[in-house]
Amino acid sequence: MSSIHLHYDVSGEDFTRAGEASGSVKKRLKALGYNTDAIRRVAIAMYEAEINMVIHAEGGFVDVDIYPDHVDILMSDKGPGIPDVEKAMQEGFSTAPDNVRNLGFGAGMGLPNIKKYTDDMRIETKIGVGTDLYLTVKVNQ
Amino acid sequence: MKQYFHSVELDADKCCGCTNCLKRCPTEAIRIHKGKAHILSERCIDCGECIRICPHHAKRAHSNPLEDIEQYKIKIALPAPALFGQFNNLDDIDIVLTGLRAVGFDFIYEVSRGAEIVSELTRNMIRDNKLRKPIISSACPAVVRLIKIRFPELCGNVMPLLAPMEVAAKLARREVRGMTGLDDKDIGVFFITPCPAKVTEINSPNHAEKSAVSGAIAISQLYPALTHAMDHLTTVESIAKSGLIGVGWATSGGEAAAMLGEKYLAADGIENVIRVLEELEDDHIRDVDFIELNACSGGCVGGVLTVENPYVAQARIHNLRKYLPVSLNHLDEKDVDAMLWEKELTYNAESFALSDDIMEAMEMMDKMEKICADLPGLDCGSCGAPTCRAMAEDIVKGVAKETDCIHKLKAKIQSVYDQLSSTL
Ligand SMILES: Nc1ncnc2c1ncn2[C@@H]1O[C@H](COP(=O)(O)OP(=O)(O)O)[C@@H](O)[C@H]1O
Ligand code: SF4
Ligand code: SF4
Ligand SMILES: [Mg+2]
Repeated sequence: MSSIHLHYDVSGEDFTRAGEASGSVKKRLKALGYNTDAIRRVAIAMYEAEINMVIHAEGGFVDVDIYPDHVDILMSDKGPGIPDVEKAMQEGFSTAPDNVRNLGFGAGMGLPNIKKYTDDMRIETKIGVGTDLYLTVKVNQ
Repeated sequence: MKQYFHSVELDADKCCGCTNCLKRCPTEAIRIHKGKAHILSERCIDCGECIRICPHHAKRAHSNPLEDIEQYKIKIALPAPALFGQFNNLDDIDIVLTGLRAVGFDFIYEVSRGAEIVSELTRNMIRDNKLRKPIISSACPAVVRLIKIRFPELCGNVMPLLAPMEVAAKLARREVRGMTGLDDKDIGVFFITPCPAKVTEINSPNHAEKSAVSGAIAISQLYPALTHAMDHLTTVESIAKSGLIGVGWATSGGEAAAMLGEKYLAADGIENVIRVLEELEDDHIRDVDFIELNACSGGCVGGVLTVENPYVAQARIHNLRKYLPVSLNHLDEKDVDAMLWEKELTYNAESFALSDDIMEAMEMMDKMEKICADLPGLDCGSCGAPTCRAMAEDIVKGVAKETDCIHKLKAKIQSVYDQLSSTL
């Protein structure tokens, strides 16, 4: 066995359940005695991406592979896609509706933070088809 | 494995293995083995939830009986501010403090006095930008222990300042040494405690090798003697030296309000505290400088060793504060160093890690996921573990076996029976 594989379905219907997948991964990383800085970075990046899946797309799934020295994450949704990725990556850019902003989301810092906390980030997106976000967090020695 | 001191313990004779505490423990630190609810030492944070829930009074907190003060030449009482919320129609804290004198203490130093000094120092440290934000209060030892075993990256946010109890103990000792010329060993300092977490903190401090407090007497244990003494006072001495800031620490939000205008958040009740810590860890709580967390609902007035309903106590504290000046104790810059933690708060990975070797831990987790998928998923607790997942973990660790699950056992017996009856 070279990795621990975890799979989660993220519901697009219940906004209040967003964060469950990242919470579960966090718990498992702690049980593995994983590097604590890497745990924090995985938790933050996954949490932000999970929120995006729920507020901008209609949910999707998450695949996580935990290796001794890094964690690979795929966050996949069948939402509207991101028309201009470069713009979406800018700090403060957000298309979140007001009701979501009132809950404290939609500050336009999600994608920039994901970039900041991960060692590798790749977005594959197609209008009307969906978005796949590939993330890697390495254990810093 | 390290040795841990805990004040919460099991009275095995009274325990009937009903699983009430098993399901309520916030750190999943309880396992029922041979019908008795044992506590996993490396996971217990002494919050007292199991004492609160047990219908058979089989969980108890170790604390000192009042007689223990007799070992010392001078006996100091450090009443927690929560004590003042325990009495009906009380309008003067001095009645309680004089009562403490009547039950045998020579000198009284309110912990609320230490609290005012801690509040002032915290404000200064926030102003000077000396701390990693958001700052998490270190006053509730159950919360500090929870962070230590479960929130590695938040250890650095915990305010490295002594709790009011320790500050009060140090200042009281100094005053009494000055008055009497006695040595520290002849001076007994007893905290009148609302909770077991403080007892643990005295016996095995997070912040230093040794606490300045000698022992702790539970509010609930002292209560009969104290109320009796209070009812028979002939005069009331003038002892109290706390303002409304210090007394306010008894209830949730009091410590945070003493930050005077800083952006703060106060949460109470262990489940709420865990939610806040999880969100902090995910970097989801922003725009807050100071976070007050109390393991008990309502704050220390809700401590499991108090006698009064926490909400009633809260209302009384609120009333008592009305007639008090803002603050009567002020920081002496010379004392600042003595109020900082002697050692850093470090994460204790051992509490939840399957192994200290990552490869071995991964193998164990792999097995655990498979076992877990095969268990019924009822989280019924009858195996002795709080959830099927915890059970899977225990099986992998070799401390439980699959047939401890009664549903698994039943299926096994059924299949043996089916086999037998088909051969008949
Ligand atoms: N999974 C997604 N599907 C569609 N659009 C997305 C997705 N994730 C992000 N976006 C777009 O990128 C923008 C920026 O995202 P982010 O930085 O997380 O900020 P915020 O979520 O606060 O709006 C979003 O407002 C949205 O337009
Ligand atoms: S609540 Fe816990 S300690 Fe109390 S009787 Fe039930 S199993 Fe035993
Ligand atoms: S909130 Fe107060 S009474 Fe409750 S565990 Fe913490 S310090 Fe003790
Ligand atoms: Mg976002």
